[in-house]
Amino acid sequence: MPDKRHVEVSINGETYSGEVEPRLLLSDFIRHEAGLTGTHVGCEHGVCGACTIQLDGEAVRSCLLFAVQADGRQVRTVEGMTEGLPEGELHPLQQAFHETHGLQCGFCTPGFLMSLEPVLLEEGELTDREIRERLAGNLCRCTGYQNIVAAVKLARERVSAPASGANED
Amino acid sequence: MGRPSRRREDPRLLRGEGRYVDDIDLRHQLHASFVRSPHAHARVISIDASAALERPGVRAVFTGADLVGEIGQAPMVWHPKDTEVLVPDSWPLLRDRVACVGAAVALVLADRRYEAEDAAEAVEVGYELLPVSAHPLEALADDAPLVHPEFGTNVCFETSMGGGDLDAGFAEADVILERTIVNHRIAAVPIEPRGALAEPRGDRVALWTSTQNPHLARTYITRQLGWDEDRLRVIVPDVGGGFGCKANVYGEETLVCWCAAKLGRPVKWIESRSENLISTNHGRAQTDEVRIGARSDGTITALQIRVIADLGAYHLMFTPFIPATTAVVASGCYAIPALRTDTVGVFTNTFSIDAIRGAGRPEGAHIIELMIEQVAAELELDPVEIRRRNFIPKEDFPAQMPHGPVYDSGDYHGSLDVLLEHLDLEGFRRDQAEARERGVYRGVGFATYMEACGIAPSKIAGPSGNGLDFSMWESAVVRVGTDGAVTVQTGVCPAGQGHETTFAQLVADRVGTDPSRVKVVWGDTDAIPNGMGTAGSRSIAVGGEAAALAADRVVAKARQIVAEVLEASPEDVELADGRFAVRGSPDRSMTLTEVARAAYITDEMPEEFEPGLEASCFFDPPGFVHPFGAHAAIVEVDTETGRIEILRYVAVDDCGKVINPTLAAGQVHGGIVQAIGQALLEKIEFGPDGQPLTTSLLDYALPTAAELPDLELDRTETPSPVNSLGAKGIGEAGTIAGTPAMVNAVTDALRPLGVEFINMPLSPQAVLEALRDGARDAAPSAS
Repeated sequence: MPDKRHVEVSINGETYSGEVEPRLLLSDFIRHEAGLTGTHVGCEHGVCGACTIQLDGEAVRSCLLFAVQADGRQVRTVEGMTEGLPEGELHPLQQAFHETHGLQCGFCTPGFLMSLEPVLLEEGELTDREIRERLAGNLCRCTGYQNIVAAVKLARERVSAPASGANED
Repeated sequence: MGRPSRRREDPRLLRGEGRYVDDIDLRHQLHASFVRSPHAHARVISIDASAALERPGVRAVFTGADLVGEIGQAPMVWHPKDTEVLVPDSWPLLRDRVACVGAAVALVLADRRYEAEDAAEAVEVGYELLPVSAHPLEALADDAPLVHPEFGTNVCFETSMGGGDLDAGFAEADVILERTIVNHRIAAVPIEPRGALAEPRGDRVALWTSTQNPHLARTYITRQLGWDEDRLRVIVPDVGGGFGCKANVYGEETLVCWCAAKLGRPVKWIESRSENLISTNHGRAQTDEVRIGARSDGTITALQIRVIADLGAYHLMFTPFIPATTAVVASGCYAIPALRTDTVGVFTNTFSIDAIRGAGRPEGAHIIELMIEQVAAELELDPVEIRRRNFIPKEDFPAQMPHGPVYDSGDYHGSLDVLLEHLDLEGFRRDQAEARERGVYRGVGFATYMEACGIAPSKIAGPSGNGLDFSMWESAVVRVGTDGAVTVQTGVCPAGQGHETTFAQLVADRVGTDPSRVKVVWGDTDAIPNGMGTAGSRSIAVGGEAAALAADRVVAKARQIVAEVLEASPEDVELADGRFAVRGSPDRSMTLTEVARAAYITDEMPEEFEPGLEASCFFDPPGFVHPFGAHAAIVEVDTETGRIEILRYVAVDDCGKVINPTLAAGQVHGGIVQAIGQALLEKIEFGPDGQPLTTSLLDYALPTAAELPDLELDRTETPSPVNSLGAKGIGEAGTIAGTPAMVNAVTDALRPLGVEFINMPLSPQAVLEALRDGARDAAPSAS
C-alpha cells in the first residue's frame, strides 16, 4: 500500500481534505472523494478536455494532475458556476449554451464551460476563427461545435453589455 | 410541433447535475477490471491469478472456466432464412483461445478501481501464439491463417441482392468504370465511454448501464444468465453519446450482473478510453469493388458491387447484418434498371464490427455518390446534370426499386434545387478557374443521398424477412394524471438527442396541452412496457409515432368523457386550441385538466365507464422511411503539404415533418462532422500482426472546432406516408452524406493534377501520394 498524504483542496470555496495516495488523480479526487460529479472523465490522457477545471483561475485538465498537486490550492468546477446566483438562474455562459443548443449529450459540456469561462472576459473582438481556436482543446462528438461557437459569441455580447434579458427561459 | 424549443434536458446537464453511470457510487460496491488478450490470436495455456488475489483490496478473480454452465454465448441476432451465417463461440470471458486483441479472459474485482486495475496486471496468462489474418483481403486467400480453425474458412457468410438484367445493362453501356472503394474502419468514440453498475436487490438485480437499448439489454443479458427477464431491471441514466456503439449488449454488462448476484455486492465497471478504442465495436471496414455502366448521355444502365466486409473475429449483436444492409441503398437516389450487390463477410483477427451512425448506409451512399462523379468526369458531364438525368422522379413515389425496396417518398430534384440556390455554383467555378491560374487548387463535391431508416417494419426486417430475430416495433404509454399533467413513457432511449423535449412537444400537440405539462419517462425496464431503444434513426418515426397514436387513443377517450359531461355526441366533440368543444357550441367546452378530473372522479359517470385516462400503443411501421438530401463541400487543397481546408459545407436535408427544427439541425451538424472526421482524420489501424495501433485519442484523431467551417443548413419537407407524423429520421443523414461530398470535393480540386480517384482518409500523406501518382500517370509513358 503506497503511503498516503494529507491534502486540503478548496473546491468552489469549500475545503475538502483527506488522506490520499500520491497517485490519485485530481479528477478522481474531485469526483469520488469530494463527490462533485459534474467534472467528467473522457479519455484519461489529457486529450478530450471533458475533465477541465480551473486551478487558481487557470483552465487545466484534472486527469493530468494528481490530487496532491492541488493541495492548498483553489479549484473551480462546473458546480461553482451558479454559486451566488438566484435560485434557478444560470451563469451567462450556461444560459447561452441553453439558448443556442450548444449541448446534446452534455458529457463534454462542463469541460467546455470551464475552458470557455475565461474567454468571456477577453477584451477586444474575437473572430469566429479565434473562438474556434479557443474551443479546439475540447472534444465534442455531438454538436459539431457550431452552436458552441454561437454560445460563446452570445455570452460575450451579454457580458460586455449586460441586462439584455438573459434569463427568459 | 415544428417549433424550435429549448431543451428541458439542458439545465441539469449545464449545472453538472447530469447523472451518468460513473456518477453513481453505491455502498460496498466492488470495481471490476478486465484482463484482455494482448495477442491477436493465441491459445490460452494457463491463467494464474494467485498473485493478483494477494494484492490489497482484491475480492475475487474469475476466468472463463468459472462461467461454464453459468453464462451462455454472446448474442447475435441475425439469422436469415436462406443464408448460412457462421457463428463462432463467444463468451464474456473467452476460454482456451482468443482471436483478437482486447478479448477478455479474466475479471478482477476489488474494493477500489485502482486496486482492481493493479491486480488485473498481476494476473499471469500463458499464451501460445497462433498465426494471424489481420486484413480481410489477406484473410480471403487460400492459404490464409484461419481466424476460427473449426470452420475451415474465413468466410462468415455470403449474400446477394439485386434486380434487373445486369448483362443487358452493361451491354447497353457506352462506358464501364471499375473502382475499388475503401471505406476504412472507424470508431464511434462517444465522449462518455461505456460503463455498467449492477446492484443485487433481493432475488433481483438492478443494472445501470450506458446503453441505447435497455429492453434488449434486459432480454439478452437474462437469456445468457438463464434468468427470467423480470429478474433484471435495466436503468439508463444520462448517456454521454452513443452513435451506434451503445446499441449492443456487451459481455461486460452481463458479467457485472452475474458477479453482483453471485457476491451479493454491487459491481461497477467503467471503461477506459483505451479499452473503448479496442473493445467497443468498430464500424465500416468495407472494401467495395464497384463496376458501373452508363450511356454517353450519363444514364446509368447497370451497377455491380462486391462488398468485402471485415467483420472482426467475434460477433456482437448485429455484426454480420450491418454490411448486408449496404446493398439496400446501393443505387442511391437513382433509377438504375439493373443492379446487383454480392456481400462477403470475412473473419479477421481484429475486434468486432457493428453499428456506427449510419451502419451500412454510409458505405452505400459513399459508393454510388463517388461513382456518379467518376462517370461524370469520364463523360465530361456536369456532376449536377448527371444526377438530374438519373434521379427517381418525384411522381414515381412510392417507388418500387428493381432490387426490392419500396421508397416511401422523395423529391430529389427539389433538395438539389435548394442546395444550388445556396451554393452559387457558377460563381465557384469561376473562382476555381482563377485560383488554378495562381496554383491554388479548390474543388466542389456533391452528395445527393437517400437512406432507409425508421427501423423497422417487422414484415421486412423480421425472422421471415431480412432475418432479424425480433420485431422492431416501438411502444409508448400516454397517461393523463388526475391534475391533467401528462406522462409519456417511451421505449426509445436517448443519448443526447433531446427526446424529453421532442416527445413532450409532439404529445402536447396531440392532446391539446402545453409541452411544459408533459413529462417524458425513458430508460427503465420497470417503468416502460417494452422497447427497442434508439438506433437507426427510429426514435421519432417509430417511437414518436407510437406516442402520437397512444395520445390519439387518450383523446378518443377524452372526447367520450366530454360528450358524457356536456351531454353531446362524442363525434361532435372537437379538440382545438387546447379545448375539447362541442361542435357548433364553442361555449360548451372543457380543458384537458377538466377532462382528467372527470376521468378519475367518476361517481357521476355511467356504470360501464372505466375510470382513468391513459392509453398504450405498440407501433409496427408499415414500411421504412427514406430521408434524402443534397450536400456540397468546397475545399482547398494545399498541394505542398497535402492539407485540406474546408471552405464551405452546405447541406439541404429532407426528413419529412420536423418536431423541433433546432434539434434536427443539431443532429445534422454532429452527423456531418462525424463524416468529415472519417473523411479526413479518423482511422482505426491494425498492424499485420493484428496489434491495434490507435489505442488513445492521441492516435485516433477526432475533428476539433479549429479545422471546421460554419456548416450552412437548409431543409425541404416531403412528408412520409408511413406514419401519421409524416416524419422520417435525421440522426444519421449527415454521416451518410458527408464522406462522399468531401472525397468528391478533393477529387475535383486535384483532377487538373492528374488525380482521378482517391480513397479516404484524406490525410496529408494520402493526398501527397495521390498527387505523386497522378503526376506519374499524367506523364508521357516511358516505354
